Amino acid sequence: MKISKAAAAAAIAVALSLTATACGGSKQDAASDGGASGGAKDKLVVGIKYDQPGLGLKTPDGKFTGFDVDVATYVAKELGYQPDQIEFKQAPSAERENLISNGDVKFVVATYSINDKRKEKVDFAGPYFLAHQDLLVRADDTSITKAEDLNKKKLCSVTGSTSAQNVKTKLAPEADLLEQGGYSECLTGLENKAVDALTTDNSILAGYAAQEKNKGKFKLVGLSLSNENYGIGLKKGDKELQTKINAALKKMVEDGSWQKAVDKNLGPANFKSEPAPQITEGS
Amino acid sequence: MFDFLDSGQYDVLGAFWVTVQLTLYSAAGSLIWGTALAGMRVSPVPLLRGFGTAYVNLVRNTPLTLLIIGCSLGLNQTLGIALGGSTFKEIGFRLAVLGFIAYTGTFVCEALRSGINTVPVGQAEAARALGLSFFQVLTLIVLPQAFRAVVAPLANVLIALTKNTTVAAAIGVAEAALLMKEMLENEPQALFAVFAVFALGFVLLTLPTGLLLGWVAKRVAVKR
Repeated sequence: MKISKAAAAAAIAVALSLTATACGGSKQDAASDGGASGGAKDKLVVGIKYDQPGLGLKTPDGKFTGFDVDVATYVAKELGYQPDQIEFKQAPSAERENLISNGDVKFVVATYSINDKRKEKVDFAGPYFLAHQDLLVRADDTSITKAEDLNKKKLCSVTGSTSAQNVKTKLAPEADLLEQGGYSECLTGLENKAVDALTTDNSILAGYAAQEKNKGKFKLVGLSLSNENYGIGLKKGDKELQTKINAALKKMVEDGSWQKAVDKNLGPANFKSEPAPQITEGS
Repeated sequence: MFDFLDSGQYDVLGAFWVTVQLTLYSAAGSLIWGTALAGMRVSPVPLLRGFGTAYVNLVRNTPLTLLIIGCSLGLNQTLGIALGGSTFKEIGFRLAVLGFIAYTGTFVCEALRSGINTVPVGQAEAARALGLSFFQVLTLIVLPQAFRAVVAPLANVLIALTKNTTVAAAIGVAEAALLMKEMLENEPQALFAVFAVFALGFVLLTLPTGLLLGWVAKRVAVKR
Protein backbone atom coordinates (compact mmCIF):
# COMPACT_ATOMS: atom_id res chain seq x y z
CA MET A 1 0.00 0.00 0.00
CA LYS A 2 2.06 2.87 -1.27
CA ILE A 3 -0.80 5.34 -1.26
CA SER A 4 -0.84 5.22 2.51
CA LYS A 5 2.20 7.51 2.71
CA ALA A 6 0.53 10.14 0.58
CA ALA A 7 -2.78 9.71 2.31
CA ALA A 8 -1.21 9.93 5.75
CA ALA A 9 -0.54 13.66 5.68
CA ALA A 10 -4.07 14.55 4.67
CA ALA A 11 -5.50 12.00 7.07
CA ILE A 12 -3.66 13.49 10.03
CA ALA A 13 -5.64 16.68 9.58
CA VAL A 14 -8.86 14.72 9.83
CA ALA A 15 -7.49 12.77 12.78
CA LEU A 16 -6.63 15.95 14.64
CA SER A 17 -10.12 17.35 14.29
CA LEU A 18 -11.54 14.00 15.38
CA THR A 19 -9.36 13.81 18.48
CA ALA A 20 -10.15 17.41 19.32
CA THR A 21 -13.88 16.76 19.36
CA ALA A 22 -13.48 13.42 21.12
CA CYS A 23 -11.48 14.99 23.95
CA GLY A 24 -14.01 17.75 24.44
CA GLY A 25 -16.84 15.27 24.74
CA SER A 26 -15.17 12.93 27.17
CA LYS A 27 -14.06 15.66 29.54
CA GLN A 28 -17.65 16.72 29.94
CA ASP A 29 -18.64 13.14 30.59
CA ALA A 30 -16.03 12.72 33.28
CA ALA A 31 -17.13 15.92 34.93
CA SER A 32 -20.78 14.94 35.01
CA ASP A 33 -19.97 11.48 36.34
CA GLY A 34 -18.47 13.22 39.32
CA GLY A 35 -15.37 11.39 40.42
CA ALA A 36 -14.49 8.59 38.03
CA SER A 37 -10.92 9.61 38.56
CA GLY A 38 -11.44 12.27 41.19
CA GLY A 39 -10.28 11.95 44.76
CA ALA A 40 -13.69 11.48 46.38
CA LYS A 41 -14.30 7.82 47.10
CA ASP A 42 -18.03 7.79 46.56
CA LYS A 43 -18.56 6.21 43.15
CA LEU A 44 -16.66 3.61 41.20
CA VAL A 45 -17.29 3.59 37.44
CA VAL A 46 -16.81 0.18 35.83
CA GLY A 47 -17.07 -0.60 32.14
CA ILE A 48 -19.06 -3.72 31.20
CA LYS A 49 -20.92 -5.06 28.19
CA TYR A 50 -24.66 -4.42 28.20
CA ASP A 51 -25.62 -6.99 25.63
CA GLN A 52 -24.08 -10.33 26.53
CA PRO A 53 -26.32 -12.63 28.50
CA GLY A 54 -24.48 -14.60 31.15
CA LEU A 55 -21.52 -12.20 31.12
CA GLY A 56 -22.64 -8.60 31.13
CA LEU A 57 -26.29 -7.82 30.51
CA LYS A 58 -28.48 -4.85 31.30
CA THR A 59 -31.96 -6.17 31.94
CA PRO A 60 -35.02 -4.16 30.88
CA ASP A 61 -35.60 -3.05 34.49
CA GLY A 62 -32.14 -1.49 34.64
CA LYS A 63 -30.35 -4.17 36.67
CA PHE A 64 -27.08 -5.76 35.65
CA THR A 65 -26.44 -9.48 35.62
CA GLY A 66 -23.74 -11.84 34.46
CA PHE A 67 -20.35 -13.26 35.30
CA ASP A 68 -18.41 -10.10 34.42
CA VAL A 69 -20.78 -8.12 36.62
CA ASP A 70 -20.22 -10.53 39.52
CA VAL A 71 -16.46 -10.31 39.10
CA ALA A 72 -16.62 -6.51 38.92
CA THR A 73 -18.78 -6.37 42.03
CA TYR A 74 -16.43 -8.68 43.94
CA VAL A 75 -13.34 -6.71 42.93
CA ALA A 76 -15.08 -3.46 43.84
CA LYS A 77 -15.91 -4.88 47.26
CA GLU A 78 -12.25 -5.73 47.80
CA LEU A 79 -11.33 -2.18 46.77
CA GLY A 80 -13.71 -0.89 49.42
CA TYR A 81 -16.83 -0.06 47.45
CA GLN A 82 -20.32 -1.23 48.36
CA PRO A 83 -22.50 -2.53 45.49
CA ASP A 84 -24.56 0.68 45.53
CA GLN A 85 -21.42 2.72 44.96
CA ILE A 86 -20.67 1.01 41.67
CA GLU A 87 -21.79 2.70 38.51
CA PHE A 88 -21.77 0.50 35.41
CA LYS A 89 -20.98 2.12 32.11
CA GLN A 90 -21.36 0.52 28.71
CA ALA A 91 -18.02 -0.42 27.15
CA PRO A 92 -18.48 -1.56 23.53
CA SER A 93 -15.47 -3.44 22.15
CA ALA A 94 -14.10 -0.63 20.01
CA GLU A 95 -14.30 1.96 22.79
CA ARG A 96 -12.77 0.06 25.70
CA GLU A 97 -9.24 1.45 25.35
CA ASN A 98 -10.46 5.03 25.11
CA LEU A 99 -12.83 4.74 28.06
CA ILE A 100 -9.89 3.57 30.16
CA SER A 101 -7.24 6.01 28.97
CA ASN A 102 -9.63 8.99 29.21
CA GLY A 103 -10.45 8.05 32.79
CA ASP A 104 -14.15 7.59 32.06
CA VAL A 105 -14.03 4.24 33.83
CA LYS A 106 -11.74 2.96 36.57
CA PHE A 107 -11.52 -0.48 35.02
CA VAL A 108 -13.22 -2.59 32.37
CA VAL A 109 -14.59 -6.10 32.89
CA ALA A 110 -16.05 -6.89 29.48
CA THR A 111 -14.90 -10.19 27.91
CA TYR A 112 -11.67 -8.33 27.33
CA SER A 113 -9.07 -10.72 25.90
CA ILE A 114 -5.51 -9.88 26.85
CA ASN A 115 -3.27 -9.31 23.82
CA ASP A 116 -0.14 -7.38 22.93
CA LYS A 117 -1.73 -4.73 20.72
CA ARG A 118 -4.16 -3.84 23.48
CA LYS A 119 -1.35 -3.74 26.02
CA GLU A 120 0.13 -0.82 24.09
CA LYS A 121 -2.80 1.30 25.26
CA VAL A 122 -3.89 -0.23 28.56
CA ASP A 123 -2.70 -2.54 31.32
CA PHE A 124 -4.49 -5.68 32.39
CA ALA A 125 -5.07 -7.43 35.69
CA GLY A 126 -5.86 -11.11 35.77
CA PRO A 127 -6.70 -13.09 33.69
CA TYR A 128 -9.82 -14.10 35.57
CA PHE A 129 -11.26 -16.43 32.97
CA LEU A 130 -10.01 -18.65 30.17
CA ALA A 131 -12.40 -18.90 27.25
CA HIS A 132 -12.03 -20.72 23.93
CA GLN A 133 -13.54 -20.02 20.56
CA ASP A 134 -16.26 -22.60 20.11
CA LEU A 135 -19.34 -23.34 18.02
CA LEU A 136 -23.01 -23.23 18.89
CA VAL A 137 -25.27 -25.51 16.84
CA ARG A 138 -28.88 -26.64 16.96
CA ALA A 139 -29.41 -29.21 19.71
CA ASP A 140 -30.22 -32.01 17.21
CA ASP A 141 -27.31 -31.30 14.85
CA THR A 142 -24.52 -33.88 14.97
CA SER A 143 -22.83 -33.08 11.64
CA ILE A 144 -20.28 -30.67 13.08
CA THR A 145 -17.65 -32.13 15.35
CA LYS A 146 -14.44 -30.39 14.31
CA ALA A 147 -13.37 -27.11 12.73
CA GLU A 148 -12.84 -28.65 9.26
CA ASP A 149 -16.51 -29.63 9.13
CA LEU A 150 -17.26 -25.94 8.78
CA ASN A 151 -15.87 -25.69 5.26
CA LYS A 152 -19.15 -26.86 3.75
CA LYS A 153 -21.36 -25.15 6.30
CA LYS A 154 -23.01 -21.80 6.78
CA LEU A 155 -21.53 -20.00 9.72
CA CYS A 156 -22.43 -16.82 11.55
CA SER A 157 -20.41 -14.44 13.67
CA VAL A 158 -20.26 -10.78 14.57
CA THR A 159 -18.87 -8.17 12.16
CA GLY A 160 -15.17 -7.62 12.60
CA SER A 161 -14.84 -9.85 15.67
CA THR A 162 -11.68 -11.83 16.27
CA SER A 163 -13.65 -15.06 15.96
CA ALA A 164 -14.90 -14.11 12.51
CA GLN A 165 -11.37 -13.25 11.40
CA ASN A 166 -10.07 -16.56 12.79
CA VAL A 167 -12.55 -18.45 10.65
CA LYS A 168 -11.69 -16.47 7.52
CA THR A 169 -7.93 -16.75 7.85
CA LYS A 170 -7.28 -19.99 9.70
CA LEU A 171 -10.03 -22.33 10.79
CA ALA A 172 -12.23 -22.78 7.74
CA PRO A 173 -11.51 -20.36 4.88
CA GLU A 174 -14.13 -22.02 2.67
CA ALA A 175 -16.95 -21.74 5.15
CA ASP A 176 -19.81 -19.50 4.07
CA LEU A 177 -19.44 -16.83 6.73
CA LEU A 178 -22.23 -14.41 7.53
CA GLU A 179 -21.19 -11.44 9.64
CA GLN A 180 -24.07 -9.90 11.56
CA GLY A 181 -24.26 -6.90 13.81
CA GLY A 182 -24.88 -8.93 16.95
CA TYR A 183 -25.13 -12.48 18.22
CA SER A 184 -28.90 -12.25 18.64
CA GLU A 185 -29.29 -11.83 14.88
CA CYS A 186 -27.15 -14.93 14.39
CA LEU A 187 -29.39 -16.89 16.77
CA THR A 188 -32.42 -16.06 14.61
CA GLY A 189 -30.65 -17.52 11.59
CA LEU A 190 -29.51 -20.56 13.54
CA GLU A 191 -33.01 -21.26 14.76
CA ASN A 192 -34.47 -20.89 11.26
CA LYS A 193 -31.75 -23.08 9.74
CA ALA A 194 -30.45 -20.24 7.58
CA VAL A 195 -27.09 -20.82 9.24
CA ASP A 196 -25.65 -24.03 10.68
CA ALA A 197 -23.39 -22.72 13.40
CA LEU A 198 -22.57 -19.64 15.40
CA THR A 199 -19.00 -19.05 16.49
CA THR A 200 -17.39 -16.93 19.18
CA ASP A 201 -16.00 -17.44 22.70
CA ASN A 202 -17.61 -20.38 24.48
CA SER A 203 -18.47 -18.18 27.47
CA ILE A 204 -20.57 -15.88 25.29
CA LEU A 205 -22.21 -18.84 23.53
CA ALA A 206 -22.98 -20.48 26.85
CA GLY A 207 -24.58 -17.25 28.03
CA TYR A 208 -26.98 -17.29 25.08
CA ALA A 209 -27.70 -21.01 25.33
CA ALA A 210 -28.42 -20.59 29.04
CA GLN A 211 -31.07 -17.93 28.44
CA GLU A 212 -34.55 -18.98 29.51
CA LYS A 213 -36.06 -18.57 26.02
CA ASN A 214 -33.30 -20.60 24.34
CA LYS A 215 -33.20 -23.54 26.72
CA GLY A 216 -32.89 -26.89 24.94
CA LYS A 217 -32.66 -25.35 21.46
CA PHE A 218 -28.90 -25.09 21.08
CA LYS A 219 -25.77 -26.85 22.25
CA LEU A 220 -22.07 -26.10 22.39
CA VAL A 221 -19.85 -28.36 20.28
CA GLY A 222 -17.05 -28.12 22.83
CA LEU A 223 -14.07 -27.26 20.66
CA SER A 224 -11.09 -25.20 21.78
CA LEU A 225 -10.29 -23.23 18.63
CA SER A 226 -8.39 -20.48 20.41
CA ASN A 227 -7.39 -19.33 23.88
CA GLU A 228 -8.89 -16.10 25.13
CA ASN A 229 -7.65 -14.93 28.49
CA TYR A 230 -10.11 -12.40 29.83
CA GLY A 231 -8.41 -9.67 31.82
CA ILE A 232 -9.55 -6.57 33.65
CA GLY A 233 -8.44 -3.55 31.69
CA LEU A 234 -7.09 -0.56 33.59
CA LYS A 235 -5.09 2.58 33.01
CA LYS A 236 -1.59 2.04 31.74
CA GLY A 237 0.99 2.26 34.52
CA ASP A 238 -1.44 2.01 37.44
CA LYS A 239 0.57 -0.71 39.22
CA GLU A 240 -1.16 -0.12 42.53
CA LEU A 241 -4.65 -0.79 41.17
CA GLN A 242 -3.34 -3.75 39.16
CA THR A 243 -1.87 -5.36 42.31
CA LYS A 244 -5.07 -4.74 44.26
CA ILE A 245 -7.29 -6.22 41.55
CA ASN A 246 -5.02 -9.25 41.17
CA ALA A 247 -5.23 -9.83 44.92
CA ALA A 248 -9.01 -9.51 44.77
CA LEU A 249 -9.23 -12.01 41.90
CA LYS A 250 -7.01 -14.46 43.78
CA LYS A 251 -9.21 -14.17 46.83
CA MET A 252 -12.35 -14.62 44.74
CA VAL A 253 -11.05 -17.92 43.40
CA GLU A 254 -9.85 -19.12 46.79
CA ASP A 255 -13.06 -18.47 48.71
CA GLY A 256 -15.19 -20.21 46.08
CA SER A 257 -17.12 -17.13 44.92
CA TRP A 258 -15.52 -17.47 41.49
CA GLN A 259 -16.83 -21.00 40.90
CA LYS A 260 -20.22 -20.01 42.29
CA ALA A 261 -20.43 -17.11 39.82
CA VAL A 262 -19.49 -19.35 36.90
CA ASP A 263 -22.07 -21.96 37.85
CA LYS A 264 -24.79 -19.39 38.39
CA ASN A 265 -24.31 -17.51 35.10
CA LEU A 266 -23.07 -20.10 32.62
CA GLY A 267 -24.01 -23.39 34.29
CA PRO A 268 -27.47 -23.94 32.80
CA ALA A 269 -25.97 -24.56 29.32
CA ASN A 270 -23.98 -27.57 30.55
CA PHE A 271 -20.91 -25.45 30.09
CA LYS A 272 -17.82 -27.20 31.44
CA SER A 273 -15.60 -24.36 32.48
CA GLU A 274 -11.96 -24.82 33.16
CA PRO A 275 -10.52 -23.94 36.54
CA ALA A 276 -9.61 -20.32 37.09
CA PRO A 277 -6.46 -19.37 35.17
CA GLN A 278 -3.21 -18.39 36.87
CA ILE A 279 -2.74 -14.67 37.23
CA THR A 280 0.00 -13.65 34.83
CA GLU A 281 -0.30 -9.88 34.45
CA GLY A 282 1.77 -7.50 36.50
CA SER A 283 3.58 -10.08 38.59
CA MET B 1 0.98 5.90 13.15
CA PHE B 2 -0.23 4.60 9.80
CA ASP B 3 1.98 1.50 9.68
CA PHE B 4 -1.07 -0.79 9.96
CA LEU B 5 -1.81 0.14 6.34
CA ASP B 6 1.49 -1.30 5.17
CA SER B 7 1.09 -4.65 6.95
CA GLY B 8 -0.75 -6.07 3.92
CA GLN B 9 -3.36 -7.48 6.28
CA TYR B 10 -6.13 -5.13 5.21
CA ASP B 11 -7.46 -4.60 1.71
CA VAL B 12 -8.64 -1.02 2.11
CA LEU B 13 -8.97 -0.37 -1.62
CA GLY B 14 -10.94 -3.60 -2.08
CA ALA B 15 -13.34 -2.61 0.67
CA PHE B 16 -13.89 0.81 -0.86
CA TRP B 17 -14.42 -0.86 -4.23
CA VAL B 18 -17.32 -2.80 -2.71
CA THR B 19 -18.63 0.52 -1.38
CA VAL B 20 -18.44 1.98 -4.89
CA GLN B 21 -20.19 -1.04 -6.39
CA LEU B 22 -22.94 -0.89 -3.78
CA THR B 23 -23.38 2.80 -4.53
CA LEU B 24 -23.50 2.41 -8.31
CA TYR B 25 -25.95 -0.51 -8.37
CA SER B 26 -28.16 1.16 -5.78
CA ALA B 27 -28.00 4.52 -7.56
CA ALA B 28 -29.04 3.00 -10.89
CA GLY B 29 -31.83 1.01 -9.25
CA SER B 30 -33.15 3.85 -7.16
CA LEU B 31 -33.14 6.22 -10.14
CA ILE B 32 -35.45 3.81 -11.99
CA TRP B 33 -37.60 3.03 -8.97
CA GLY B 34 -37.72 6.68 -7.90
CA THR B 35 -38.84 7.77 -11.38
CA ALA B 36 -41.56 5.14 -11.36
CA LEU B 37 -42.68 6.32 -7.92
CA ALA B 38 -42.73 9.94 -9.06
CA GLY B 39 -44.82 8.90 -12.07
CA MET B 40 -47.26 7.20 -9.72
CA ARG B 41 -47.48 10.21 -7.43
CA VAL B 42 -48.49 12.56 -10.26
CA SER B 43 -50.60 10.06 -12.19
CA PRO B 44 -54.33 10.54 -12.69
CA VAL B 45 -55.10 7.09 -11.22
CA PRO B 46 -56.09 7.49 -7.53
CA LEU B 47 -54.93 3.96 -6.60
CA LEU B 48 -51.42 4.55 -7.95
CA ARG B 49 -51.28 7.98 -6.31
CA GLY B 50 -52.34 6.46 -3.02
CA PHE B 51 -49.77 3.68 -3.26
CA GLY B 52 -47.00 6.12 -4.17
CA THR B 53 -47.81 8.44 -1.29
CA ALA B 54 -48.15 5.62 1.22
CA TYR B 55 -44.95 3.93 0.10
CA VAL B 56 -42.85 7.10 0.11
CA ASN B 57 -44.07 8.22 3.51
CA LEU B 58 -43.68 4.76 5.04
CA VAL B 59 -40.25 3.87 3.69
CA ARG B 60 -38.74 7.34 3.86
CA ASN B 61 -39.53 7.51 7.57
CA THR B 62 -38.20 4.07 8.42
CA PRO B 63 -34.61 4.02 9.67
CA LEU B 64 -32.33 2.60 6.99
CA THR B 65 -30.64 0.24 9.45
CA LEU B 66 -34.04 -1.25 10.17
CA LEU B 67 -34.73 -1.78 6.45
CA ILE B 68 -31.35 -3.40 5.80
CA ILE B 69 -31.46 -5.68 8.82
CA GLY B 70 -35.08 -6.42 7.96
CA CYS B 71 -33.94 -7.54 4.51
CA SER B 72 -31.39 -9.88 6.06
CA LEU B 73 -33.33 -11.20 9.07
CA GLY B 74 -36.80 -11.12 7.54
CA LEU B 75 -36.34 -11.90 3.86
CA ASN B 76 -33.29 -14.14 3.99
CA GLN B 77 -33.03 -15.84 7.35
CA THR B 78 -36.72 -16.22 8.09
CA LEU B 79 -38.34 -16.50 4.66
CA GLY B 80 -35.30 -17.98 2.89
CA ILE B 81 -35.28 -15.49 -0.01
CA ALA B 82 -31.79 -15.44 -1.55
CA LEU B 83 -32.28 -13.32 -4.71
CA GLY B 84 -30.40 -15.94 -6.69
CA GLY B 85 -27.28 -15.77 -4.56
CA SER B 86 -25.76 -18.92 -3.13
CA THR B 87 -23.21 -17.64 -0.62
CA PHE B 88 -23.81 -15.10 2.12
CA LYS B 89 -21.45 -12.77 0.33
CA GLU B 90 -23.68 -12.63 -2.76
CA ILE B 91 -26.93 -12.74 -0.83
CA GLY B 92 -25.84 -9.98 1.51
CA PHE B 93 -24.75 -7.73 -1.33
CA ARG B 94 -27.97 -8.22 -3.27
CA LEU B 95 -30.18 -7.78 -0.23
CA ALA B 96 -28.31 -4.60 0.65
CA VAL B 97 -28.79 -3.22 -2.87
CA LEU B 98 -32.50 -4.09 -2.64
CA GLY B 99 -32.77 -2.25 0.68
CA PHE B 100 -30.89 0.79 -0.61
CA ILE B 101 -33.08 0.98 -3.73
CA ALA B 102 -36.25 0.74 -1.67
CA TYR B 103 -35.03 3.53 0.61
CA THR B 104 -33.20 5.87 -1.77
CA GLY B 105 -35.97 5.56 -4.36
CA THR B 106 -38.25 7.58 -2.09
CA PHE B 107 -35.79 10.46 -1.98
CA VAL B 108 -35.27 10.34 -5.75
CA CYS B 109 -39.06 10.39 -6.13
CA GLU B 110 -39.49 13.44 -3.94
CA ALA B 111 -36.64 15.29 -5.67
CA LEU B 112 -38.17 14.53 -9.06
CA ARG B 113 -41.60 15.60 -7.90
CA SER B 114 -40.20 18.98 -6.96
CA GLY B 115 -38.61 19.08 -10.43
CA ILE B 116 -41.96 18.34 -12.02
CA ASN B 117 -43.35 21.36 -10.17
CA THR B 118 -40.81 23.60 -11.92
CA VAL B 119 -42.29 22.73 -15.32
CA PRO B 120 -44.97 25.31 -16.14
CA VAL B 121 -48.49 23.84 -16.11
CA GLY B 122 -49.09 25.29 -19.58
CA GLN B 123 -46.62 22.82 -21.09
CA ALA B 124 -48.55 19.80 -19.86
CA GLU B 125 -51.81 21.42 -20.92
CA ALA B 126 -50.46 22.16 -24.37
CA ALA B 127 -49.19 18.59 -24.70
CA ARG B 128 -52.56 17.21 -23.67
CA ALA B 129 -54.25 19.52 -26.17
CA LEU B 130 -52.09 17.94 -28.87
CA GLY B 131 -53.64 14.62 -27.93
CA LEU B 132 -50.71 13.06 -26.08
CA SER B 133 -51.55 10.47 -23.44
CA PHE B 134 -50.55 10.94 -19.80
CA PHE B 135 -47.59 8.61 -20.28
CA GLN B 136 -46.42 10.55 -23.31
CA VAL B 137 -46.84 13.90 -21.55
CA LEU B 138 -44.79 12.62 -18.65
CA THR B 139 -41.96 10.97 -20.58
CA LEU B 140 -41.67 13.35 -23.53
CA ILE B 141 -42.50 16.77 -22.07
CA VAL B 142 -42.39 16.90 -18.28
CA LEU B 143 -39.72 14.47 -17.05
CA PRO B 144 -36.92 15.61 -19.41
CA GLN B 145 -37.30 19.14 -18.12
CA ALA B 146 -37.81 17.99 -14.53
CA PHE B 147 -34.59 15.95 -14.56
CA ARG B 148 -32.56 18.92 -15.73
CA ALA B 149 -33.91 20.95 -12.84
CA VAL B 150 -33.08 18.40 -10.14
CA VAL B 151 -29.51 17.38 -10.94
CA ALA B 152 -28.21 19.16 -7.85
CA PRO B 153 -30.76 17.63 -5.44
CA LEU B 154 -30.11 14.21 -6.99
CA ALA B 155 -26.40 14.73 -6.38
CA ASN B 156 -27.21 15.22 -2.71
CA VAL B 157 -29.20 11.99 -2.72
CA LEU B 158 -26.26 10.21 -4.36
CA ILE B 159 -23.81 11.53 -1.79
CA ALA B 160 -26.14 10.50 1.02
CA LEU B 161 -26.43 7.07 -0.59
CA THR B 162 -22.64 6.71 -0.77
CA LYS B 163 -22.38 7.27 2.95
CA ASN B 164 -25.48 5.21 3.71
CA THR B 165 -23.85 2.13 2.18
CA THR B 166 -21.90 1.79 5.43
CA VAL B 167 -25.10 0.43 6.94
CA ALA B 168 -24.61 -2.71 4.83
CA ALA B 169 -21.84 -3.68 7.27
CA ALA B 170 -24.64 -4.59 9.68
CA ILE B 171 -25.56 -7.56 7.50
CA GLY B 172 -21.98 -8.51 6.71
CA VAL B 173 -21.37 -6.94 3.31
CA ALA B 174 -17.58 -6.57 3.12
CA GLU B 175 -17.46 -2.84 2.42
CA ALA B 176 -15.49 -0.05 4.03
CA ALA B 177 -17.36 0.17 7.33
CA LEU B 178 -17.00 -3.57 7.92
CA LEU B 179 -13.27 -3.40 7.34
CA MET B 180 -13.11 -0.45 9.69
CA LYS B 181 -14.77 -2.50 12.43
CA GLU B 182 -12.28 -5.27 11.84
CA MET B 183 -9.36 -2.85 12.02
CA LEU B 184 -10.69 -1.23 15.18
CA GLU B 185 -10.86 -4.67 16.77
CA ASN B 186 -7.23 -5.42 15.85
CA GLU B 187 -5.57 -2.03 16.06
CA PRO B 188 -6.85 -0.30 19.19
CA GLN B 189 -3.59 1.63 19.45
CA ALA B 190 -4.31 3.40 16.14
CA LEU B 191 -7.99 4.17 16.73
CA PHE B 192 -8.00 7.69 15.36
CA ALA B 193 -5.70 6.87 12.47
CA VAL B 194 -8.14 4.17 11.36
CA PHE B 195 -11.03 6.60 11.63
CA ALA B 196 -9.07 9.16 9.66
CA VAL B 197 -8.30 6.77 6.82
CA PHE B 198 -11.95 5.88 6.37
CA ALA B 199 -13.20 9.44 6.80
CA LEU B 200 -10.73 10.49 4.12
CA GLY B 201 -11.83 7.63 1.88
CA PHE B 202 -15.42 8.83 1.99
CA VAL B 203 -14.42 12.43 1.38
CA LEU B 204 -12.50 11.27 -1.68
CA LEU B 205 -15.59 9.45 -2.93
CA THR B 206 -18.18 12.12 -2.27
CA LEU B 207 -16.34 15.38 -2.90
CA PRO B 208 -15.69 14.78 -6.64
CA THR B 209 -19.29 13.55 -7.02
CA GLY B 210 -20.57 16.80 -5.60
CA LEU B 211 -18.25 18.99 -7.66
CA LEU B 212 -18.91 17.14 -10.91
CA LEU B 213 -22.67 17.04 -10.55
CA GLY B 214 -22.73 20.66 -9.38
CA TRP B 215 -21.05 21.60 -12.63
CA VAL B 216 -23.45 19.42 -14.64
CA ALA B 217 -26.41 20.98 -12.84
CA LYS B 218 -25.31 24.45 -13.95
CA ARG B 219 -24.80 23.29 -17.53
CA VAL B 220 -28.11 21.54 -18.06
CA ALA B 221 -30.50 23.69 -16.03
CA VAL B 222 -33.41 25.08 -18.02
CA LYS B 223 -33.19 28.85 -17.72
CA ARG B 224 -36.60 30.29 -17.15
